[in-house]
Amino acid sequence: MRVYLDNATSTKVDDKVLEAMIPFFREYYALPSSQFAHSYGIEVNDRINEAREFIATKLGASSPEEIVFTSGGTEANNFVIKGIAYANIERGKHIIVSSIEHLSIIESARKLQKEGFEVTYLPVDSEGLVDLSILEKSIRDDTVLVSIQVGNHETGTIQNLNAIGNIVKGKGVLFHTDAAIAWPYINLAPSNYGIDLMTISPHKFHGPKGIGILYIKRGTKITKFIDGGFNEFNLRAGSENTPGIIGARKAIETFSEDDVKKIKRLKELLMENIRKDIPDVELNGSEDNALPHILNYTFKYVEGEAISLRLDFEGIAVTTGSACYSRNLQASYILLAMGKTHEESHGSIRFSFSRFNTEEEILYTASKLKEIVEDLRRLSPLGKE
Amino acid sequence: MPVPYTKLVIEHFKNPHNVGEIEDADVKVTEGSPACGDMLTLYLKVDPETHVITDVKFRSYGCASNIATGSIITDMVKGKTVDEAMKITWKDAAEALGGLPPVKVHCSVLAADALHSAVEIYMEKTGLVKEKQPTTIEKVFQKLSHVINPETGIDIVKSNLIKNISIKDGIIKIDLNIEPDSQFAENIKEEIIERLEFLWDVKEIQVNFMK
Repeated sequence: MRVYLDNATSTKVDDKVLEAMIPFFREYYALPSSQFAHSYGIEVNDRINEAREFIATKLGASSPEEIVFTSGGTEANNFVIKGIAYANIERGKHIIVSSIEHLSIIESARKLQKEGFEVTYLPVDSEGLVDLSILEKSIRDDTVLVSIQVGNHETGTIQNLNAIGNIVKGKGVLFHTDAAIAWPYINLAPSNYGIDLMTISPHKFHGPKGIGILYIKRGTKITKFIDGGFNEFNLRAGSENTPGIIGARKAIETFSEDDVKKIKRLKELLMENIRKDIPDVELNGSEDNALPHILNYTFKYVEGEAISLRLDFEGIAVTTGSACYSRNLQASYILLAMGKTHEESHGSIRFSFSRFNTEEEILYTASKLKEIVEDLRRLSPLGKE
Repeated sequence: MPVPYTKLVIEHFKNPHNVGEIEDADVKVTEGSPACGDMLTLYLKVDPETHVITDVKFRSYGCASNIATGSIITDMVKGKTVDEAMKITWKDAAEALGGLPPVKVHCSVLAADALHSAVEIYMEKTGLVKEKQPTTIEKVFQKLSHVINPETGIDIVKSNLIKNISIKDGIIKIDLNIEPDSQFAENIKEEIIERLEFLWDVKEIQVNFMK
């Protein structure tokens, strides 16, 4: 049996999404920006406009012009952090991000620091929640942007966006949220939370890779990041990824609340089985405030890469926060920021679900996991009193 | 299964040899720690007359490369004299496994270190070596030849990443030809400190990155 439980990294493209995209390779291959040149361009432009309007409505945006397409979540986050900092330089050179943001936020902020900007990295508690009083104290007169994610991609912890939005907007500062992993599992409209900018990543919910959606509230000052032509309201140059845009639209249309219910049940099923069958485990994140599709456990006395590789031999795909797995050989900075020890991080495994997973797959995973953890613990010098 | 490991690594990882403990071991040694992600405990039983290793067992907390190296290196030393065992390097073990991906080579060093430490302790115990020597620059270089650059899989001595080493009043200063913001800078620094902090006359280790 093959079981894909790495949906927080990327998901299977839905057949309906793929079908919707195909005509944009075969027939509607012109660019929407050619609308003033020929009818090929007009035909595509009409369809891209429809997709943009559909997404704007879904997000409760006040106009389709608040929706900008990028090459993905990483580009959208780079665009926000750097574009807002550069455009608002006369207001100040200070931005605030949480210490558990996606690397596309953290590394963009680090680059700004090298250019003379100041960055505050907000600490989080043991569940991964940003401390609101520290956030409030960190906002200064020269702060131009606060960027705090909706939910975390490793642990699933959901931030208290309502309170964060109130604090940030109360101080008159721009508020960006990276919803790449959370939306539409958490279906939120940016305007309800005082959000000025929001990143969406369709390949996380059965859309194609290579397309990102950035919500930019009308009137927000942001510096163009990719230079070239006048595409995307002159905010993002480059030929429009028309199949990607149509695929993103379809992925949003085909996502339903029933998916969320199903995924929640699968997650609970795996949690029940782990609790019942495997001793010495620790949940990383929050039990109550968590994304429905992400589950992260530390299995004590064993190393995560060994678990993930053994699971892979059984056809089960997961990821680990272990240093041995990461490209820079460092333990997960997210778990460390939550006060977890290196050891806890090395033994962590993330399971992430989608609507294509089944109960049978979860039960199979639970039983293999039990065997593998027991086996590796027999081998380990740790945990033997 | 398309994994970046050789068949032999996978075999030893799935069914490691010589796992366990030796109750009346002559030497038991642990290298690494759970905090650094890899830990290996090695047990040796040595014939007091011939100094031949008659039994060897290990336990490992670590990734696939670590477990597989522990398995193969314990196979390799069985029946060897302690002198012969001392000459087995992580490279021999990695080669015996059909090679390891560069980024994983550092995991194989731990098993070789545990073996060398165990043999050293055995030799000290049985009077086969003389008393403590002060740490010299040569000794530091020798220790650092076990620190692997994860990018290439080659140790930092051989890859000329060491610019300068000085030792004064128990403080070792090491200048490296590596950019401070290299993705592996932190990892290399940790490994260097792990290699040197246990030397009896070393109080402090300073690692500087420069290019």
